[in-house]
Amino acid sequence: MLSYPTVRASLIFFAVAIAGLLFADIAITASNPWRDLGNFFLGVVTPNFFSSEGLMTALLRTVAFAFVGVALGSFFGFLLALVYRLLPVRIFCAFIRAIHELFWALIFLQFFGFHPLTGVLAIAIPYSGIFAKVYSEILEEADPEPRRLLPPGTGMVAAFLYARIPDCWDQMRTYTAYRLECGLRSSAILGFVGLPTLGFYLESSFSQGLYSDAGAMLILFYVLIASIPLWVRPKLLPIYILAAPFFLGEGLPIVWGNVERFFTEDIIPAPLRGDEGLTGLLPWLNDLMINEALPGIWNTILLTQIALVATGILALLAFPLISNHFGGPVRRTSGHVFLVIARSTPEYILAYILLQLWGPSMLPAVVALALHNGGIIGHLIGRQTNNIRLRPDAPAGFNRYTWELVPRVYRSFLAFLFYRWEIIMRETAILGILGIYTLGFYVDSAIQNIRFDRAMVLILITALLNIGVDALGRYIRRKLALQTMPTC
Amino acid sequence: MALNLIRKFVASSLLFMTAASANAETFVFTAIPDEDETKLVERFRGVADYLSEQLDVEVRYIPVKSYAAAVSAFRNNQVQLAWFGGLSGVQARRLVPGSEAIAQGVEDEAFQTYFIANTSAGIEPAQELAELEDELRGKTFTFGSKGSTSGRLMPEFHIRDTFGEAPEDFFGRVGFSGNHTRTLRLVEAGTYEVGALNFQVWQKELEDGNIDTNAVQVIWETPAYPDYQWTIRGDVNERFGDGFKARVKEALLALDDKALLESFPRSGFIPASNEDYEPIRKTAEEIGILD
Repeated sequence: MLSYPTVRASLIFFAVAIAGLLFADIAITASNPWRDLGNFFLGVVTPNFFSSEGLMTALLRTVAFAFVGVALGSFFGFLLALVYRLLPVRIFCAFIRAIHELFWALIFLQFFGFHPLTGVLAIAIPYSGIFAKVYSEILEEADPEPRRLLPPGTGMVAAFLYARIPDCWDQMRTYTAYRLECGLRSSAILGFVGLPTLGFYLESSFSQGLYSDAGAMLILFYVLIASIPLWVRPKLLPIYILAAPFFLGEGLPIVWGNVERFFTEDIIPAPLRGDEGLTGLLPWLNDLMINEALPGIWNTILLTQIALVATGILALLAFPLISNHFGGPVRRTSGHVFLVIARSTPEYILAYILLQLWGPSMLPAVVALALHNGGIIGHLIGRQTNNIRLRPDAPAGFNRYTWELVPRVYRSFLAFLFYRWEIIMRETAILGILGIYTLGFYVDSAIQNIRFDRAMVLILITALLNIGVDALGRYIRRKLALQTMPTC
Repeated sequence: MALNLIRKFVASSLLFMTAASANAETFVFTAIPDEDETKLVERFRGVADYLSEQLDVEVRYIPVKSYAAAVSAFRNNQVQLAWFGGLSGVQARRLVPGSEAIAQGVEDEAFQTYFIANTSAGIEPAQELAELEDELRGKTFTFGSKGSTSGRLMPEFHIRDTFGEAPEDFFGRVGFSGNHTRTLRLVEAGTYEVGALNFQVWQKELEDGNIDTNAVQVIWETPAYPDYQWTIRGDVNERFGDGFKARVKEALLALDDKALLESFPRSGFIPASNEDYEPIRKTAEEIGILD
């Protein structure tokens, strides 16, 4: 079995994660974590929907920010996709999507402040980068046949509209709808840094132990996401997109002088701003690298590798929950509910909840990342197994799982997992804001100390790390000849 | 439902378009989020009502999620007045030339940090921090917010000063709870064995009967230092009329609503100046939080 490259790759990653566990800070530090967890679930089953006057407004704002952000992102992403073969465009897109929405929000908060533009751009910018990549992949895979059949002299625009778009339209629509769901999640967590979306109220109720209020917000959020097929209709979309900008709230007016100041003063490294000049820059960078960047990078990589393997294990354990090859309808329904909840809850919120309940360590982050990403991958490969037809005399139960199904879905499972590697790392970095010592922790500390020059260097390092992992993930997928699917 | 939606749509689009002009006359203030949000909103809505009555302009309080967000909003002129801690006030006034500390609480002249411990850690209260070296070493410890004076700056200063080590080297695990109420809850619950918090929050919670004294106790009190203050931007007179700054100061000093003061909790407000906070600036520079 060791001769299979996929098995070897899996074992190497597994070994790295086990070695990582020796260095990682994994512990439950709360003295009574199960009581707290019990109180939390009690809160979820006794939700209080009338806690905050602002709850409905917050829900409306969450939807509005998601619509405006995703609409702008898909528009500019589409334009970028048309010129995606140019190397500078590809680098630009890789860069803007390597920076997490929350980091973008933290940057814009410094000069736009609490203006709706902060939230809109925080979603639209990274999403443009993602849309550009995925749209261009879809367009590239379009069937070239129709174009060859066009009469000579057909204009470029006409050829594009009539021969390329129709073939890609369905896939692009499906992907955009999926991104809208992601947009709702992104929009919700922007509240954690102060924008008027759901996360704002969720954080307040949670930190005060008002679990029934928090439970109500989570339930509303699940209903919102689960009901997307009901209220997001193609015919209603233009209305939503036109109306959404008016529901972003008024915020506070932008003072344009702040924008100039941010770019010409705030983010200039302190020694250059002062009188030390270039001679001071090296010690400054050195100090930043040794005390903040390197520990941050180390912890980010450590946590990412552990979470990646945990995600894989959870996905493999969870896919039978919705597979037709096992259990009855009752188990599959509850399996569905579990997986929908796991993948609908943003990692950030899951990690926040678990940190409150278990105390600080890497454990809540690993569990949160594994639940969310494992839920997504488990759902995808579980659905895939439903298309597999087994012989009538195929073994049942555990043997069916190990000898029939896992080998058949293993390659696409690995493809999904390596595809999400970069996403897991992006999230790992951002979870530092919650107090785990990854790069986000040091970014947040720099911002809390009003040192935007340091924050920008650290965000830049985070982006480069993500780009590196993305490239490595692509290299491994190519080496193992794994199909990639942009719908993950 | 549909009618309601349309009404909301029109209302919010009007708001959206008139936001700039409406805000030009609104005096906006904020406060560092040092305690539970419900408490802050209640407290500062009261202050907003009081100020708007006294000053005859529309006054609005906006809640923020972090100390830095309060400083940034002040610096960006999206708020003109703020209730800062010692450190956030120093940061804000450095960034906004001409801004001034105008009033502080009576208690803020001599503020203190309490070190608290979960009783299961078995640490006996002491007069000097140095006496606790053996008991404290290797324990888990939580600060409040990263930008807090009483929850971060002063405790970190005393830890470094007394033990000659950075907190993360001295303690087994160091966290930032986010605010003082949360520090109290986390140490009370045993998530962290030791923590440091604003002494006013401790005393108020104790008076209100919200602390399980069998689970958590004060183990050390810091020497006194200056803390919270109201800071106002230097350019408010140009925007709100001559003498506006003086009127704000007067209104704050004259505030005698018992319930409102109780919610801070302060017994009253007294004049303050930028110089009062020099010790805080020096401490922050010493431990490297300020350049």
